[in-house]
Amino acid sequence: MGEIAFHLNGTPVRISGEAPTRTLLDWLRETRGLTGTKEGCNEGDCGACTVMVTDEAGPKALNACILFLPQLHGKSVRTVEGLTGPQGQAHPVQTAMVAHHGTQCGFCTPGFVMSMAAAHATGRTDHDDVLAGNLCRCTGYAPIIRAAEAAESAPVPDWIRDEPIPLPEISSGGEAAGRGGQTAPLRPQSSDALAAAYLATPGATLIAGATDVGLWVTKQLRDLTPVIFLNAITDLQRIEPGPDTIRIGAGVTVEALRLAMKAPHPALAEMLRRFASVQVRNAATIGGNIANGSPIGDGPPALIALGATLHLRRGEARRNLALEDFFLDYRKQDRQPGEFVEAITIPATAPGLRIYKLSKRFDQDISAVCGAFNLTVEAGATTAARIAFGGMAGIPKRAAAAEAALTGQPFTEATIRAAMAAMSQDFHPLTDMRASAGYRMQTAQNMLLRYFHDLNGLPVNVLEVAP
Amino acid sequence: MSIGKPLPHDSSPIQVTGQARYTDDIPLPAGTLHLAFGLSPVAHGEITALDLTAVRAAPGVVMVLTAQDFAEVPDCSPSTHDEPLLSTGTVHFVGQPIFLVAAESHLAARKAARLAKMEFRELPALLTVEQALAANSRFEQGPIIWTKGEAANAIAAAPHVVEGEFEVGGQEHFYLEGQVAAALPQDDGMHVYSSTQHPSEIQHKVAHALHLPMSAVRVEVRRMGGGFGGKESQGNWLAIACAVIAARTGRPAKMRYDRDDDMVITGKRHDLKIRYRAGHDAQGRIMGVEFTHLMRCGWSQDLSLAVADRAMLTSDNCYHLPDIRIESHRLKTNTCSATAYRGFGGPQGMIGIERVVDHIAFAVGREPLEVRRLNFYRAADPTGPGTGHRYGGPHSPANAAPQTTPYHMPVEDFIAHELVAELEKSSDYRTRKTEIAAWNAKNPILKRGIALTPVKFGISFTLTWLNQAGALVHVYQDGSITLNHGGTEMGQGLNQKVAQVVADVFGVDTGTVKITATDTAKVPNTSATAASSGSDLNGMAARAAAETIRQRLADFLATRHQTTPDKVRFEGGTVLVAGESHPFASVAAQAYQARVSLSSTGFYATPKITWDRINGRGRPFFYFAYGAAVTEVVIDTLTGENRILRTDILHDTGNPLNPALDIGQIEGAYVQGAGWLTTEELVWDAKGRLTTHAPSTYKIPACSDRPRIFNVALWNQPNREDSVGRSKAVGEPPFMLGISAFLALRDAIAACGDGSRYPALNAPATAERVLLAVREQQGSA
Repeated sequence: MGEIAFHLNGTPVRISGEAPTRTLLDWLRETRGLTGTKEGCNEGDCGACTVMVTDEAGPKALNACILFLPQLHGKSVRTVEGLTGPQGQAHPVQTAMVAHHGTQCGFCTPGFVMSMAAAHATGRTDHDDVLAGNLCRCTGYAPIIRAAEAAESAPVPDWIRDEPIPLPEISSGGEAAGRGGQTAPLRPQSSDALAAAYLATPGATLIAGATDVGLWVTKQLRDLTPVIFLNAITDLQRIEPGPDTIRIGAGVTVEALRLAMKAPHPALAEMLRRFASVQVRNAATIGGNIANGSPIGDGPPALIALGATLHLRRGEARRNLALEDFFLDYRKQDRQPGEFVEAITIPATAPGLRIYKLSKRFDQDISAVCGAFNLTVEAGATTAARIAFGGMAGIPKRAAAAEAALTGQPFTEATIRAAMAAMSQDFHPLTDMRASAGYRMQTAQNMLLRYFHDLNGLPVNVLEVAP
Repeated sequence: MSIGKPLPHDSSPIQVTGQARYTDDIPLPAGTLHLAFGLSPVAHGEITALDLTAVRAAPGVVMVLTAQDFAEVPDCSPSTHDEPLLSTGTVHFVGQPIFLVAAESHLAARKAARLAKMEFRELPALLTVEQALAANSRFEQGPIIWTKGEAANAIAAAPHVVEGEFEVGGQEHFYLEGQVAAALPQDDGMHVYSSTQHPSEIQHKVAHALHLPMSAVRVEVRRMGGGFGGKESQGNWLAIACAVIAARTGRPAKMRYDRDDDMVITGKRHDLKIRYRAGHDAQGRIMGVEFTHLMRCGWSQDLSLAVADRAMLTSDNCYHLPDIRIESHRLKTNTCSATAYRGFGGPQGMIGIERVVDHIAFAVGREPLEVRRLNFYRAADPTGPGTGHRYGGPHSPANAAPQTTPYHMPVEDFIAHELVAELEKSSDYRTRKTEIAAWNAKNPILKRGIALTPVKFGISFTLTWLNQAGALVHVYQDGSITLNHGGTEMGQGLNQKVAQVVADVFGVDTGTVKITATDTAKVPNTSATAASSGSDLNGMAARAAAETIRQRLADFLATRHQTTPDKVRFEGGTVLVAGESHPFASVAAQAYQARVSLSSTGFYATPKITWDRINGRGRPFFYFAYGAAVTEVVIDTLTGENRILRTDILHDTGNPLNPALDIGQIEGAYVQGAGWLTTEELVWDAKGRLTTHAPSTYKIPACSDRPRIFNVALWNQPNREDSVGRSKAVGEPPFMLGISAFLALRDAIAACGDGSRYPALNAPATAERVLLAVREQQGSA
């Protein structure tokens, strides 16, 4: 691996000779002896390894267990050991956690305080959401929330506020090739550079947020080399609103997309809130979510319902296709060797869009069924219908028969029920640990009924019921 | 007084800075080896070929062991000799260790462990309780049956009968810190660090594996990152593996399970099927009840007999059942060996009777709380401690003898009548019940439900000899104090509570008492920190040790100041004697110079308990802890999605040793209990493979799953029995308050029907199961 440089708890560090898929967590604990950051699950689900990473966009919480060292180049990393001030001053969230009995066994605590500190630094007070990716088995969370609330009004400590970024001497560069004979550049800086590199090395593994690829390393113990890290490619990280459409670069993180979608597509923003935890959303990219091709990724059904266009690039060649056409079969996409997802384009508005994510747990869970509904109703009749599901087939898929049963029909409960019945032609879902086939089909159909009631203003969401 | 203060957990200041060290954080000498097991991919079979060439050749591998490498394969069982460290030829569950890899790094060991070429002759696997029952595959000769009265006759004579069968799922502990141990070879023995609730058991098993006396093995545990029963016996494997490798190589060895391995290998809460039949009258009074428990124990015995016993012992909860028969089958299956988990079978037993009472209330069309009350045990003698009355005062009525449990123990301390009445009022249960009915009438898609359930939970190990503890207290000549006891710290705040007890004896600030790691070289023959007993047992032992030293100090000062020891007082960091006040440190220095011993052990054995488990008779418990919860939920009748809107809890911890820690235990236990009965679903496939082996697929409650409104209060009345500070144990009892969430879901589901059909909900009540029950109510399933 070429040299990687970043700040660690305020001090510059330079690393060379590490495998490019060495995780930050292993490096912290095994090489640096910084054992405050814990391994709870090694797959980004429990948050015990949460660290704060700051770049030009500000501080964010990330899971160190599925964060590879090259992803940190030019950034500032703060671990729980660095949360205390240089003179040993406690951070306000640390003080509050002690005062409000927010620790019991304490193993999740370093991750919690780092998530809390990252939120505190940016003034976020939506604590349930900020902490959705930190599991605690002891406290029942109530005292942790009390602590987070108590720390809200404390000023951001200067050692957090003045985090040194970018690292001046290394903010450029870092495009070096990896070790072990890897000739592809490790961290291309532009989509042009990526296009050339990937065309030359089509067998390379592209790594954006590593929220799924990370598990290929930590759980499947795979050797991924050669690897190309995408997170330095700033021209893929743009969201470009136009008069009728919004173009979203493949490198846009799910969290950045969520924030950008609040106004134009609130239903999409709310689904993205439940897409995954803050730590995962801060790393995961929408391009990765699409290219991964998972039948249970939440992005594709929503984007298909929106009528998204996918922009692919291979070398200098570009092509566009309807997103639903990208998914051919289980884990098989219409993507050529050396071709990558550059962007997607979605309509600027879709007032009829609703997305329903169904999972065992509301937060930080993979969908059993994710249904996205986008009907255009004019003069009491459905003039256009786009309905797509995740979890119902080997790919994210439209409900063609249900759409046909609705299109051109009056928007009534009777036609909705007819479309629900028609949906049984669209899908033959599987039974797995998340849900049975029968439940998937039943709830997919019922989601259409929910959509009808939802548009008619009936309370349909348990999350919106006040105690 | 330091007892009763809401002090923070003693480790809290270093937990928030990352300085608190867990077993995996202990710096080990260079050359430490890292271990991983190679696991069975089949649920039942004989190993026909085992080619470890690639494992041995993998980078960094130093040693690979199979059963063939032992003259006698070390045993890992806490109960009987049925858990070989490495399979001796037959595998009994998916995940059973077959070989052991020692390598230069954790990752190298994990990678190498996947390179084995293994072949099996697969045998039929018993995966379900029905299969095991049909095959008569069980522990013990047959079912254990306890009876009181004549249940069958009473049911036959009853005007009404309810009966049913339901499933109750298991539960993964999901301690945030996975299993981990390390062993450092010594001149003539082994020093083991283990994340364990039971250091003496680790010591015992390691000594046995190495053919050493227990005195040659020292086990230390400073803290665990959560235990919940999952570290009572499950750590044996790792500690023994480390000790064996360390002994053979002379190098330190460390082993920690990757989370997925941990969830596949280690035992979980017992899942079970409960069959019930109960006769009752028109008011809902239970006349006779029969239970059958089909406990899925897994491939080895582990602690299953005691767990299944406690499920039986909790089958009355707060209800007087004069005629009862309980039949308990402990079934042996080709699945991981179910083990201790917070409540130790108690939650499984308790949900059985709560289901019966709920079913009866539904059948007779009465408010469930009224039916509960109707069946409550008679109130305790109202003149006991905590009642505000003096013993045998003029107002004490001539009470009948206390009613007895199904195991013939008199219930002398029953406070659920008063406690439930207070909670009913403080939670505004009645009004909300009415409001919910009105809300449900207006909402076709979403439905609310509410339930109040009580808890009565017996405190003591049912294996009577475990009810003992030792402690070691030193006072140094500068007045500082170190405390050691046999209990282990897993987050519950045990060390802080015991330190408060010791500080109280000496009249010093709790910070004066230094808490040290649990160490088998300091306090021997410890019991597991389990059964909620940690502070009861160790607090008493530590108090005894501290009082011995205090008595010596008092004797010494009394002699010096020509007074009597009872006139020497220890308070506020000073010692008052003969009108003078001496700093405690000065007294310690004087006593040292006067050659007074400032070190003492202490010992405690719980009084009053006797138990005959075969016949189900005796007094297995020193006392009962009580509590009650009201939970309100909302469900979506289109998807089954649900959430807890509000929970109100009133819980009895006697005179709390530390109310803040107690409330923390109650909040955490409730959420964990609700998780058990809602989102935490363990799924095995048809080949016996656990498919929910990581937090991506096994869903413990997350932050937003806690109740939107969460009110927790303590009962704050002294224990009738002479426990430490008249406190009560708190670790397990509030777990069962989570049953109220389950029955609130049942209530919401019933709002979808016409009252003709009891919503027979299985646990865990996932969204899928809730929807199924809703559809049954709607007549569409």
